[in-house]
Amino acid sequence: MAGSTLKKLDPKKFDKSKARHLLNRAGFGGTERQIATLAKMGLDKAVEYIIEYERVNDPSPVNSDDFDNDIMRPLTGSERQMAMKARQSGDEASLETLRQERQRRQRADRKQIAEMEEWWLKRFIETPRPLEEKLTLFWHGHFATGYRTIENSFHMYQQNAFFRTHAMGNFKEDLVRGIVHDPAMIQYLNNHQNKKKSPNENLARELMELFTLGEGEGYTEDDIKEGAKTLTGYTFEDDAFSFNRRQHDDGVKTIFGRRGQFDGDDFVDLIFTRPSVSTFVIWKLYRFFINDLPHGPTPDATKYVGQLASVFKRSNWSVKSVMKAMLLSEHFYDEENIRSIIKSPIQLIVQAMRTINPPDRKKLLRTLSLASNLMGQKLFAPPSVKGWDGGRSWISTSTMFMRQNTLLFLITGQRPDGYAWDADGSTFDAISLLGGRTKSPKQAVGYLLTTVLCNPNIQQEREDALLDYLKTQHNVIDNRTVTGLLTLITAMPEYQLS
Amino acid sequence: MTHRHHEQDNPSTGNENAYSRRLFMQQGMVFLSMATTVPSFLQNSAHGIMLPVGSLITSQAGVPDDRVLVVIQLAGGNDGLNTVVPYGSRDYYNNRSQLAIGAPGSSRSSNGNALSIPGADGIGLHPNLTGLRELIDGGQAAIMQGIGYPNPNRSHFTSTDIWQTGNHSGQGYGWLGKYFDNTCAGKPNPKGSIAIGSKAPLALHGKTQKAVNFETEKLFRWAGKNTDDSLASTYDDINRLETMQGISKDSQLDFLIRTSLDGQVSSDRIRKAVQRQPLVKYPDGQLSQQLQMIASMIRADLPTRVYYASLGGFDTHANQLNSHANLMRQVGDSLNAFQQDVSAQGNGGKVLTMMFSEFGRRVAQNGSTGTDHGTAAPMFLIGDMVKPGLLGTHPSLTKLDKGDLIYNTDFRQVYASVLSDWMGADDKAILGKSYTKADVLK
Repeated sequence: MAGSTLKKLDPKKFDKSKARHLLNRAGFGGTERQIATLAKMGLDKAVEYIIEYERVNDPSPVNSDDFDNDIMRPLTGSERQMAMKARQSGDEASLETLRQERQRRQRADRKQIAEMEEWWLKRFIETPRPLEEKLTLFWHGHFATGYRTIENSFHMYQQNAFFRTHAMGNFKEDLVRGIVHDPAMIQYLNNHQNKKKSPNENLARELMELFTLGEGEGYTEDDIKEGAKTLTGYTFEDDAFSFNRRQHDDGVKTIFGRRGQFDGDDFVDLIFTRPSVSTFVIWKLYRFFINDLPHGPTPDATKYVGQLASVFKRSNWSVKSVMKAMLLSEHFYDEENIRSIIKSPIQLIVQAMRTINPPDRKKLLRTLSLASNLMGQKLFAPPSVKGWDGGRSWISTSTMFMRQNTLLFLITGQRPDGYAWDADGSTFDAISLLGGRTKSPKQAVGYLLTTVLCNPNIQQEREDALLDYLKTQHNVIDNRTVTGLLTLITAMPEYQLS
Repeated sequence: MTHRHHEQDNPSTGNENAYSRRLFMQQGMVFLSMATTVPSFLQNSAHGIMLPVGSLITSQAGVPDDRVLVVIQLAGGNDGLNTVVPYGSRDYYNNRSQLAIGAPGSSRSSNGNALSIPGADGIGLHPNLTGLRELIDGGQAAIMQGIGYPNPNRSHFTSTDIWQTGNHSGQGYGWLGKYFDNTCAGKPNPKGSIAIGSKAPLALHGKTQKAVNFETEKLFRWAGKNTDDSLASTYDDINRLETMQGISKDSQLDFLIRTSLDGQVSSDRIRKAVQRQPLVKYPDGQLSQQLQMIASMIRADLPTRVYYASLGGFDTHANQLNSHANLMRQVGDSLNAFQQDVSAQGNGGKVLTMMFSEFGRRVAQNGSTGTDHGTAAPMFLIGDMVKPGLLGTHPSLTKLDKGDLIYNTDFRQVYASVLSDWMGADDKAILGKSYTKADVLK
C-alpha cells in the first residue's frame, strides 16, 4: 500500500468554492453568509467546526419521550390470557374486539411513523449540526432496517437515536456491536427467531456481507452457519435487548478457523480480525461523501481508500478520525470529485431548503416527505437490507421530472396536478438571494449559477438561454424574474449533482 | 404423465378433498398441466428458448415480435372466493352466511347469483364480472385457480414484495426488472416498462432497469411549462442536444442530460398518444382510465414491452358486499373495454394481460361482514393466446391451513410460463430457479 498518510489540502487553497463543496458534502449546503464564514475560518478551523459538532448547541435535542413507546407494546399477561380464552371458547364477540383493537394500534403506529418522517426531515432542514444528520442517514442506509417489515415505529425511532448518538463514534464497539443488540434490527433480520434448535442465519449473514466485510470477502457459508449459532438467543423484550439463555447455543463453534464457545460479542471481535473489515465501509463512505463512482473504482480512488482504511485501522475503527482525514484531504477537493455525486432525494430537498430558503408553505413537510418517497427515498423504509443503491439508480425519466417539479413547488408553490400538494399564496423573497446589491442580468445569472447551481462554468449556450429569458422580461430583475430563473436553474441537469 | 410434476410442486397433492375431485376430475376439466409443454404457436422455435428476445419470437404467423405484457395488481388482497365463486360447495355457504353469492339461477341468495362459466360445474363468477365472462366466451380469458406460494405471508407489503420479486424473502430486484436486466445485456431500456401510478412498483426495478411511471401524462413533464411561455421555451433551450458539446461521454452530466432529453421526448410522445380518442368507449373508474392510457400507448407503437396498472380498495375487512361488488364491476368492464380496444387496433394478438392480487382472503367471514387476509386466490390471464376458461383445480374448502386455502400452483410457475413462452426470455435465469411452467398459453 503506497503511503499510509493522506495528503492534506494546502490551506491556502481553501477558498469559498472549496468551503461550498465542504458544506454541500459534509452537510446540505447553506446560505452565502454561512459559506463565507466557513471560508474565512480557514481549512482546519472549518473542518473542526463541522466535525466537532457536539460543541454546537442543539436547540432541539432528541429525547426518548418524543414519541409514544406504547402503541405497539406487547400484550400484558392478562390480555394474552383473555385472547387465548376467547379463541378456545370461540367467543366471536371478544375476538372481534381484540381484532379491532389490534387494527387501531396498527393505524396509530402508521400515523406515528409518518410523523417521524416529518420530524426527521425537519431536523435535516433545521439542524445546526449538518454532519450529524448526514451521518445518521448514512448509517440508516448502511444498517438498513425497514418499518414495513417490523411495524414498530418506536423501535425505528430508537434505532435512529442510536445512529445519531454514535454517528461519529467507534465503528466496531459502538455501531456494529450496538446493532446486534438493536431491537429493530433483531426483528428486521429475524434474529428473535434465531434459536438453538432452529437457527436463523439472516443476521449472521448480513452482519458480514452487508455491514462489515462485503459479499464473499473472507468468510464462508460455514462461517455464517457457525456465526448464526453465536447469535442464538439474541432477542428483545418490549423496547429492549434481551438475552434468552435457554435459546442460546453455548456449544463450541468454529469461525474463521478458530474454535471456541463464542457468543455474539465474540463473533463481532472475530469479524474485526478479517482484512476486508477496514476497507468495506470506507468504500461506502467514499461513494457517499466523495464520488459515487458510476464506472466503478478508479486507481486513484483505490489508493485513497487504502490510505483512509489504514487511518481507520490505526485509530481502532474511529469514524471521527476517518471523517477528519477525509475532509482535510486534497483528494476530497479534487476537481474530478466536485459535482461527482448524484444528489439523493433527501440531499436534493434539504440542500434546496437550506440554500434557497423558500417560504414555509402549508403542509410543507408532509409534501416533501411524499416527494422524497416518490423520488425513491422514503425515510425509515429503505427498499431492502442493502439500503439505497444511490448514484445513478436515483434517476429515471420519471424521477427527473419529479425532482424538477418538487423544486418548482418549493420555489413557486405550484403543485403538479393530481397530488394533494396544497400550495398557498405565500410568495418568495427571491431577490434577496442576489446578495442585496443591484446586479446586471449577466451578474445576476452568474451569481445564481455560483450560489444555487454551485456551478459557475456551465456551457455558454445554457447561460445564454437564461440571459435570453431575462431579455424576454425586458431585463427587469425583480422577485418574479428571479423566481423564474430559479425554476429554470433547478430544472437543469446540473442541479442534480452535488 | 403430467401429474408427476404436479405432485412435486404442490404441497397439498394427495390431500385433495372429495369436493374438488368430484367436480373436476370426473368431468375432465382442463388442468393446469405441469408438464413443460411448449405452446403451439412457439413450437417451431422451441429449440431457441434460451436465446435472447428477437431471435426467438419471429416465425409464428399471427404473433408479432413486439409483444406486450400488461400486469394488473388488485392491491389490498382480493377476495378470491367471491370473485371465482365455489357455489357448489356447502362449506362456502357455511363459512359466509352473509357474504356468500348464490348459485346461478338460485332464488335463495340475497347477494345475487354467480355467473356460470362454460364447462365448469359448481364454480362461477361474481355477478358483476359480466365483462370478464364475455371475454371467456370469446376465448380470450383464462382463470387460474388456487395460485399462491409456500409459507404464505399475510402482510400486504411483504406479500406484495414476494409477488413482485418472485423471492420468498421479498428482497431483491423485481421479476420484470430482472427480465430487462437479463435480456438487454446490462443496459437499461429506458422505455421498456411503464407503470401507471405515482411510484414504479418493485416488480419493474432491476439492477440497471428503471421503469418510467406517472399517474397521468400531465405529471410526466416539467410543470413549469404550464406557467409561462417564456419559461417553457427557455426550458426547452436548456435541455437541447446542442448543449451537450464538450461534455465527456458517460460522465455524470452526460448521463443526466441524456435522461432529461429522453424524458422530453417520451413525455411529448406519450402525451400525444394518450390524448387521442380511443376506439371503444371505456367505463368510468381508475382502472379503466389506466388501461385506456395503456391501450393508447400500445396503439402509438411505443417501444414499451411491459405496462403496469393497479387498483386499490380490495382490503375488505368490513361491510365488503357493496364495495367488492363495485370493484368487480370495474375490473370486469375495464378488462373487457381494454381487450376490445386493442383488438380494434389490430393489436389483439400482441397483448397479454395478467392480473393478480398479493393474497386472497380467509374462507370464513369475520365479525364485521368482511374478510381478513388470507392466502391462495385465482389469477387471470387475458389475450388471444391464452387457453381460455377455468384452469386448474379449485382449492379445497375443507382441508384448510388454519382457516386458509392451500394453494396448488405456485405463482412463479405462471411467471415462468409468461417469461419463457410470451416474452421469449430465460425464465430460470430470471427467477433463479427452474419452475415447472403452468400450461396457460395456447
